[in-house]
Amino acid sequence: MNWQGLKAIYFHEMDRMRRTLFQSLVSPFISTSLYFVVFGSAIGSRITEIEGISYGSFIVPGMIMLTILTQSISNASFGIFFPKFTNTVYEILAAPLSSFEIILGFVGAAATKSLIIGTVIICTAGFFVDLQIEHPFIMMFFLVLTSVTFALFGFIIGMWADNFEKLQLIPILIITPLVFLGGSFYSINMLPEFWQKVSLLNPVLYLVSGFRWSFYEIADVSIYTSLITILFFLFSCVLIISYTFAKGYKIKN
Amino acid sequence: MREILKINNITKIYKNQFKALDELNLNINEGEIFALLGPNGAGKSTLINTVCGILNFDKGDIKVNEFDIIKDYRKARSLIGIVPQELNLEAFETVWDNVNYSRGLYGKSPNHKYIEKLLKELSLWDKKDSKLRELSGGMKRRVLIAKALSHEPKVLFLDEPTASVDVELRKDMWKVIQKLKEKNVTIILTTHYIEEAEEIADRVGIINNGKIILVDEKENLIKKLGQKILKIELSEPIKLIPKELKNFKLQLNSDKNILIYTYDTKGKNTGITSLLSDIKSLGLQLKDISTEQSSLESIFLNLVKESENELARA
Repeated sequence: MNWQGLKAIYFHEMDRMRRTLFQSLVSPFISTSLYFVVFGSAIGSRITEIEGISYGSFIVPGMIMLTILTQSISNASFGIFFPKFTNTVYEILAAPLSSFEIILGFVGAAATKSLIIGTVIICTAGFFVDLQIEHPFIMMFFLVLTSVTFALFGFIIGMWADNFEKLQLIPILIITPLVFLGGSFYSINMLPEFWQKVSLLNPVLYLVSGFRWSFYEIADVSIYTSLITILFFLFSCVLIISYTFAKGYKIKN
Repeated sequence: MREILKINNITKIYKNQFKALDELNLNINEGEIFALLGPNGAGKSTLINTVCGILNFDKGDIKVNEFDIIKDYRKARSLIGIVPQELNLEAFETVWDNVNYSRGLYGKSPNHKYIEKLLKELSLWDKKDSKLRELSGGMKRRVLIAKALSHEPKVLFLDEPTASVDVELRKDMWKVIQKLKEKNVTIILTTHYIEEAEEIADRVGIINNGKIILVDEKENLIKKLGQKILKIELSEPIKLIPKELKNFKLQLNSDKNILIYTYDTKGKNTGITSLLSDIKSLGLQLKDISTEQSSLESIFLNLVKESENELARA
């Protein structure tokens, strides 16, 4: 195992966050505050409680998930896309690093950034609502698992994309709608029966539901179903990345 | 001399079915400077990128210091440094951070003393805190060399190291390369500048259409394949080349006072004695005689032309 190489990639990527600290930390802080103002105050004044939880508190897990998903994807996709774009990827490919170490370095850094941002959001949320976390370890487990899984997914997008438009395509056209329609800001029990069934096809619903359960023990689907879904997605991403890296897809050919 | 790099039957076919390397064979001796010459698209960069692990290849095997670049890729790659053709660098990092980052990638623990020495040798020490985007093209090229040397490699690939740099910097680069040779670093450089190969290389390889068409000591190559020119300066200009000298296929300069005779050094009989004897019998008075060795450039162009003709015939 090339630990030094892995460390070099990890800290090199983390350094990018340090160089753009304002954008990295202040921007999620402002977005979260805006969500509270818009959703918490405006909609919260009409929907006071959902399943015994105040609306403001109810949306916190969904908001964290929304940010974790988008940040993990964008950090990891940009992390590998940028060296490709600037052609500095040559030194990573020429170094005595295995595919696993390269992926671990980039994905680890992207997931860490997301976790830091997730923590910032939880702290920000604490200013607006009373937060209760019934199962902090399960909450952390979901947070880490989601960050890693979507950082892997972002890494795949970064490898696939050969221009900035493609880099933004999947996060904007697929991920954001899935998160908004995945019960981040509402319970699917509030939807008509048909749309409840349609919502069950949305994988993000399972993440948000499981994550919310760790906070308030309320969920749209079983916690086990949520866990299996995220683990399935994680292994799918690992398989796709291993295959594409081994084949050198869009990098080594 | 021990061979540090063995390239055996390498074939690389790109997705568009372009065969960039065609069962190519090449061995590089430890501690030598090897210049790889070839026209655009000959396969020079593909060969370097394949050896360094940047590109996958389809057939063959490559060994660096007896380590297979696929099976023992960690050991093989840790011996190699690469300076790419383009000035590809991160924009916002400092020279110091970026060079240390490269060392880390190769699994080496931090060694600030070594990096400091390296930057000083490459005249980069006073730029160590500068952001990479603030550097000139020449300085960027030096940073790329520092990055490639940051992990103390045994084999250094330089892909067109002096492309688009001024004459002064080019000569500086040659000095850097000579210094590396003194430290027993094996250097393989690709170049378009024949004078670069003539100046610094120990051996020269010529690649065309993905095949090595010739490898030899630089001096041998010039001697073996080169043609020489004999210039005979006459005391008085002449109007025409005398018909008695027709067989020598002489040329007359524009001032009509120098006869130019091209002869093959490989031939047993150069024809010089007969030519001088015939000139004497014609009563022409000689003022001076000089010879010129043909350049590597003309040899290179001849070989590439021959190789193209062979390919066309095939």
